[in-house]
Amino acid sequence: MSGLASESVSASTPAVRHRLAERGIDPQLFLLVPATVFVVALFIYPFCYGIAVSLQPAQGGALAAYRAFFTDAYQRDTITTTLAIALPAALFNVFAAVPIAYRMRGRFRGKRLLTTVLVVPITLGTVLTAEGLLNFLGPTGWFNRILLSTHLVDQPVTLTHNYWGVCLSLVITGFPFAFLLVLSYLSGIDPTLERAAATLGAGWAQRFFRITLPLLAPGLATTFCLTFVLAFSVFPSAILVGDPTGGTRVISIAAYEAAYVRYDYAAASATAIVMGAVELVVISIVLGLRSLFYTGSTAGGKG
Amino acid sequence: MTGFETLRLDGVTRRFGGADALAGLDLEIRRGEFIALLGPSGCGKSTALNCLAGLLPLSGGSIWRDGTRLDTLPPERRGFGMVFQNYALFPHMSVRKNVSFGLRMRGLPRAEIRRRTDDAIRLVHLEEHAGKLPGQLSGGQQQRVAIARAVVVEPSLVLMDEPLSNLDAKLRLEMRTEIRRLHQNLGLTTVYVTHDQEEALSMADRLVVLRAGRVQQIGSPEEVHTRPANRHVADFLGFRNLLPGALLADGEININDLGVRTKGTPVGPISDGDAIVAAIRPEDVLVRSGGVEVTVEVAAYHGREIAAEARTADGLHLHLRTSQRLAPGDKVSVVLPPDRLLVFPA
Ligand SMILES: Nc1ncnc2c1ncn2[C@@H]1O[C@H](COP(=O)(O)OP(=O)(O)O)[C@@H](O)[C@H]1O
Ligand SMILES: [Mg+2]
Repeated sequence: MSGLASESVSASTPAVRHRLAERGIDPQLFLLVPATVFVVALFIYPFCYGIAVSLQPAQGGALAAYRAFFTDAYQRDTITTTLAIALPAALFNVFAAVPIAYRMRGRFRGKRLLTTVLVVPITLGTVLTAEGLLNFLGPTGWFNRILLSTHLVDQPVTLTHNYWGVCLSLVITGFPFAFLLVLSYLSGIDPTLERAAATLGAGWAQRFFRITLPLLAPGLATTFCLTFVLAFSVFPSAILVGDPTGGTRVISIAAYEAAYVRYDYAAASATAIVMGAVELVVISIVLGLRSLFYTGSTAGGKG
Repeated sequence: MTGFETLRLDGVTRRFGGADALAGLDLEIRRGEFIALLGPSGCGKSTALNCLAGLLPLSGGSIWRDGTRLDTLPPERRGFGMVFQNYALFPHMSVRKNVSFGLRMRGLPRAEIRRRTDDAIRLVHLEEHAGKLPGQLSGGQQQRVAIARAVVVEPSLVLMDEPLSNLDAKLRLEMRTEIRRLHQNLGLTTVYVTHDQEEALSMADRLVVLRAGRVQQIGSPEEVHTRPANRHVADFLGFRNLLPGALLADGEININDLGVRTKGTPVGPISDGDAIVAAIRPEDVLVRSGGVEVTVEVAAYHGREIAAEARTADGLHLHLRTSQRLAPGDKVSVVLPPDRLLVFPA
C-alpha cells in the first residue's frame, strides 16, 4: 500500500512541475518570496510613503514642496553642487582604477599584498577618513608643513573645509570599490585576445584602445554608476571636511535641514525624491551609452 | 614582413620556475615548408610556438631570420601570423573587422584593406557571414575566421597551435585538407602544433617530435612513421606493442614471455646481451600459421578490421589488428615480421 502511494506521488510531482513549466512558472522561484517581501517592506513602501508625504505639504497644492525647492535658489543649487562633487569624483575613481588594474591584471609576486593595500581604505569609513584628512591636510598638517618648510608656498594650501576636502574623501573611500570592480572585469577578458592582437602587429596602445578598452567599457559604465551613487549621497564628509553652508552644501544636507532643522517633512521628502530622480537620470544616461558598446562574452572563442 | 630563406632556432630554451618546458630546440625552417611539432600534452609544443611568436621570452638560445636576430623583437614586429587553439577572435568585432585587423594595424590604404579582406574572407568561404560577430558563428566558422585573420597579412610564417582540437571529427578531416590547400596555394611557411600523429603525418613536410621539452626526432613523415628514433617516439606513433627482452648473438632477440626467439631490425646502438625493447604496430602483427600460439582475450570491431588483444601461453600481451573475424577465446598463430619489429635499447 505505502509503496503504491509513494509511487503515485513521485509520478505526479514531475507532471505538476511539467505543467507549471509549460505555463512559464518555475516553482523554485517561490524561494524568492522572503527577499521580495524584504525589499517591498524596507524599500518600496518607504519610497512610496516618501512620495506621498512629499505631495502633502502643510500649505499649497500637491506640488508645493517641489515648487518651493525649485524656486529657491539656495535649495535648487544643491543639485549642481552635488553633481559638481560626485561626477568628477566618480569619473576620477573609474579612470584612475583602469591603468592600475590594467597593470595588475596578470599574475605576479605580491599581487595579493598590493591589492590589500589598495583596498584597505574601504574599511576606514567616512568619519575616520575625514579625521585623517583634517590631520594630514589641514593648515597645520604635515602636508602643509612640508610645503612651507621647503618654501614651495608662502601660505598654507587650503585642502580641507572646502570642495577639495570632500573630493579627496570621496576618492579615498570610492577608489577601492572602483579598483576592485575594474580588476574583476579585466580578469574576465581573455588574455589571448591581446596576444592575438600583438601577433597581428598591434603595439601596446593599439591593443589597449582597440581590444581591452572596448571590452571593458560596459564594466566601466557599471563601475561609474556604482561609485557615482556612493558619491552622490555624500553626507558625513561634506559636513566634516567640507564647507556645509557654502561650497559643499550638497543635496543630502538640504534634505537633512528640511527634516530635522525646519521639521518640514514634505520639503524633506520632496528633496529626497529629487535626489533620487537626479541619480536616476545620470544612471539612465550612462547605461544608455553602455548599450552602445559590445556587451556580450569577452572570451575569444570556443574554450 | 618580407619572406625569408631560412628561419633558424638555435638552442631555444624556456624554463618555468626551474623546470625546462623546452630545452635546446635546434631547427631550421626553410621557406615554403610545413613543419609539424608533434608530442603528447605538456611536452612543450605551445611553449615552442609562443617563443617563436614572441609571446614568451626565451630563457636561452636565439632565433634568426636569415641574418637578423629575431628573439629580441616584440611579437608585433616579427610579422608572423598565429592561429590560437581557442581562436582568440575579437568578440566585439565583426568577421570583417577581425580579418582586417592586421591590415589596419599596418596602416595600409583603405582600398587595399578592403580588397585583401574580401579576398581572405572568400578564401575561407565566409562571404555570407562577413557582418556577423564571432559569437554568432559555429566552431568551424570561427576557426576559418582565425585562419583568414592570420594569413591576410601575408605573414612570413604562420604558427598554428592545435587549431583543430576543438572541432568534431568530420570537420577536423575537412579542415586538415583546407589548411594544407591554403598552405600550398598561398605559398605559406607553416609551423603547426598538434598532439595528433595522424594529423601531423598527413599534413606536414617535416615532423619535429618532442617529449618533455626535448626534441626526439626530426624527419619526414615517412621516416618518423617507419623508423622512429627511439622507443618513446615509437610509443607515441602507434607502436602499441612495446615488448621488453634482450639481444642475443647473430641479431636474434629474445622477447620475454613470447616463447620463441625471433629477429628484428635494430635502431640505435645496441650490442649483444643488452636489454632491449622490441616495438611493433598492431597492424604489422600477422595472423598466420607457423608463428607463436596466442589466445584472443578481447576483440573490438573496427569496420573492416578487428582490433584484438591476445596473450601467449607465458602471459605476454600482444595487440593486433586483422581482417579475420576473431572472437574472445580463439586460439591463433601470429608472426612478428623482422623488418617491422624494431629493436630499441631499453
Ligand atoms: N605559464 C606557465 N607557467 C608554468 N609552467 C608552464 C607555463 N606554461 C607551460 N608550462 C609548463 O611547461 C610545460 C609545457 O607546456 P606546453 O608548452 O603548454 O605544452 P603543450 O605541448 O601541451 O602545448 C608543461 O609542463 C607546463 O606545465
Ligand atoms: Mg598546448
